[in-house]
Amino acid sequence: MSGTIFTFTKPKIRPTTSQLTLSERVDHFLARWGINRSGHRVEPGLYALGSPTPESPVFVTANYTLSFDALRSSIPGIDCYILVLDTKGVNVWCAAGKGTFGTGELVNRISITGLAGIVSHHVLILPQLGATGVSAHEVKKRSGFRVEYGPVRASDLPEYLKTRSATPGMRRVHFTLGERIVLFPVELAKVLPYLVIISAVLYLASGPLAAAGAAAAVLAGIVLFPILLPYLPTKDFSSKGFILGGLTALPFVLAAYQYGTDDAMWLRLVRGLAPILVMPPVTAFISLNFTGSTTFTSVTGVRREIFIYAPVMAWMFALGIVLLIILTILRLTGW
Amino acid sequence: MFDSYQSNTLHYDREKCINCGMCSIVCPHAVFAPGDEVAKLVDPISCMECGACQMNCPTGAITVESGVGCAYAMFYAAITGKEEPTCDTGGDPCC
Repeated sequence: MSGTIFTFTKPKIRPTTSQLTLSERVDHFLARWGINRSGHRVEPGLYALGSPTPESPVFVTANYTLSFDALRSSIPGIDCYILVLDTKGVNVWCAAGKGTFGTGELVNRISITGLAGIVSHHVLILPQLGATGVSAHEVKKRSGFRVEYGPVRASDLPEYLKTRSATPGMRRVHFTLGERIVLFPVELAKVLPYLVIISAVLYLASGPLAAAGAAAAVLAGIVLFPILLPYLPTKDFSSKGFILGGLTALPFVLAAYQYGTDDAMWLRLVRGLAPILVMPPVTAFISLNFTGSTTFTSVTGVRREIFIYAPVMAWMFALGIVLLIILTILRLTGW
Repeated sequence: MFDSYQSNTLHYDREKCINCGMCSIVCPHAVFAPGDEVAKLVDPISCMECGACQMNCPTGAITVESGVGCAYAMFYAAITGKEEPTCDTGGDPCC
C-alpha cells in the first residue's frame, strides 16, 4: 500500500445554541403540519453547546429537528456536548422502535466523532424513550461508554442534572391535552385532499347533507377524538370511536329523516339509517389508528382490537354505502 | 368487554434477575419497581410492549414481543395476509 497518504483530521465539532430563531420556530410549525415531512433534519455528529470542557456532560438525541431543538432549548446555560445520531429525520421514540436510534448507530457515532478523545468521563446521557432501541450493557461492551438514561422529557433535564437521578414523575410518559392536540394537524393535512374529493363526489351524488356527513365523520376522528380521548367511555379506541362517531351521526340521522316529510315512511327510515351506518365506522377507523400516536397501547391489544372491530367497521360501512347508492338511484329515477 | 388491553406478552423470570435496576429506570409506565433482592413486576397490565426493559436487561430475565404498533400496518397485514411490516425508514416516516 505504498503511496497512500493517511490524513488524520480533527473530529469536527459544530457549535450550537439554546436559542431558537424565528425561522426554526416556523420550521417546527411546518413539521407539525407534515410539510416536507422527512426533511426536518439536523446533520448527525457532535455539537458543542456553550463552551464544554472534557468534563462536560454528553447528551444524545435524534437528527429530527424537533428532537434536537427540544433538547438544546431545554438546557440554556449548560456547557455540554450533544451527540446527534442519524435516525433519518425521525424522532427518538419512533426511531428507537425501528432500531435506528439504536446500539449500532450509537457505537458507530461515538467512533466516527472520536468522542473518547474529547471527553474524559465516558458517560452518555440518553433520553429514556431511546431505551427501546439501545442496550446499555451492549454499548458499554462495544464502546466503553456508560449509558445513563435521563428523563422522558428534555424539559426535566435541568432538574435531573442537579442530582443525576430522575424522580418517578420524570420517568413516566403522559399524554396531556396539549400533547394530543399538536398531533392532529399532520393527520388533517394528510387526509384533507382526499376528503375534499370524497365530499365533492357525495355532494353531486347525494347532496350537501352527505358531503357534510363525510366531513363530520372524518373531522370527529382526527380532531375531536384526540381531544376527548380520556373522557370517552370504554378502553378500546375502536369502541370509543364508534361512540364518538355515533354521536356525530345523530344530527345527520334526524336531518335525513326529516328531509322529505311527505315521502313514504320506509324511504325516510332508510335515509335516516344511512348516516348511522356509514359515519361511525369511519370515525372508529381513524380512532383506532390513533393508537399508533400514543405511548401506551400495546401491539397485542391493537391487534386484538383489529381482529374484533375491523369486520364490524367493514360491514357497517359497506351496508351504508349500498343504502346511499340505492337512495341516489331512487332520487335520480324520480322517487 | 371493550378492553383489548387486559393481557400482553410481557414475561419476567425472577430467577434470572440480578437486581441491576435497569428495568425500573427504562419503563415509562412503572411496570417494574426496584425490589430488595430482585426487581418487582408491579403493574404488568400497563405494559405497552415497547421492549425497553428486555433491551436493557443484561441477563435476559425479561422477554416481550415488541412491535411498532402501527394500526395501518396491521390492517394491511390482516387484509393482504402478508407479514406485518415494521416502518421503513428510507421513505416517509409513518409515525
